[in-house]
Amino acid sequence: MKTDGGWNPYFAGILVGILAVVSVLVTTQLLGKGQFLGASTTFVRTAGLAEQKIAPEHVAQNEYYQAEKVKIDWQMMFVIGILFGSFGASLTDKSFKKEVVPPMWSERFGTNPWCRALGAFAGGVIALFGARMAGGCPSGHGLSGMMQLSVSGFIALGCFLVGGILVARLIYGGREYPWI
Amino acid sequence: MDLTLGLLTGILFGFLLQKGRVLRFEKQIGFLRLIDMTIIKFMLSAVLVGSAGIYMLVDLGMISLSIKGTVLGAQIIGGLIFGIGWAILGYCPGTAAGALGEGRYHAFWGLLGMLCGAALYAEAYPGMKDNLLKWGDLGKITLPEVFQVNHWVVICVFAALGIVFFIWCENRKL
Repeated sequence: MKTDGGWNPYFAGILVGILAVVSVLVTTQLLGKGQFLGASTTFVRTAGLAEQKIAPEHVAQNEYYQAEKVKIDWQMMFVIGILFGSFGASLTDKSFKKEVVPPMWSERFGTNPWCRALGAFAGGVIALFGARMAGGCPSGHGLSGMMQLSVSGFIALGCFLVGGILVARLIYGGREYPWI
Repeated sequence: MDLTLGLLTGILFGFLLQKGRVLRFEKQIGFLRLIDMTIIKFMLSAVLVGSAGIYMLVDLGMISLSIKGTVLGAQIIGGLIFGIGWAILGYCPGTAAGALGEGRYHAFWGLLGMLCGAALYAEAYPGMKDNLLKWGDLGKITLPEVFQVNHWVVICVFAALGIVFFIWCENRKL
């Protein structure tokens, strides 16, 4: 079934589940506080660190930066680690591929890399704004929240999917109905 | 110490995301178009294994939960907004970093957009925190508390539903 050399998604997913549990256990033991996987708060802290260079008073006065604490922490290193881990994995099976426009995007919007850059940028702004409003992204709410059977995780992931599926169908269309 | 652990955990997570092939734009948008279920198979497998592991360690008294409060207004509206951005960008925050790592350079613009989105949110937060972000505040609740059953009942039902969904996906080659 798989021809691209990737692992079975169930197998890789199970390993991620084990990694998430081991991470909470190890951080509880060594740091005194369990770290659940998450990513979106890192963008707040990084934005805060960047803004501090230009307007330190403004960051010091902003309630949200105060609440989330602008600093380099476990999660920021975790997000940086994702980049390196993915790079390493792509070298092991030669699946690293330079790409400026994804094929599915170019079928719909053409091959202009600036058009894709603009779309990616705008999508990023909207996605992170929404993630912070919801209090997490598919890692924090989807993986960590649902793992803990938190109601917030299920509601947030449900809304991520509803918003995402509606807009993806508007943009690209979809198959008729996969359940028929 | 915490920085090293974070980096190490991130490297392993990124490795698994890449090997599971869930970092690709085509997989993310393919799922949102309901033509490729790879990412939900991956995610649900992780959640099912994780929930059993987390609650086992909680029962043993080795870890404690870290639950985010449920606020209907914030999670429903924020969740829908996130979904819109996800469908346009084609990545979520963690997968955007991973996608850049495997050479998808356009993910860089998504990451830059996310930083701007975060800065924008920090400016908008004071205006929302006492209204929108308080609508439907139900506190830190879990499904076992809502249904008033033992958490293992919820985990078993969730796992059974997940497996039925996996079989359904495989039968339809999604």
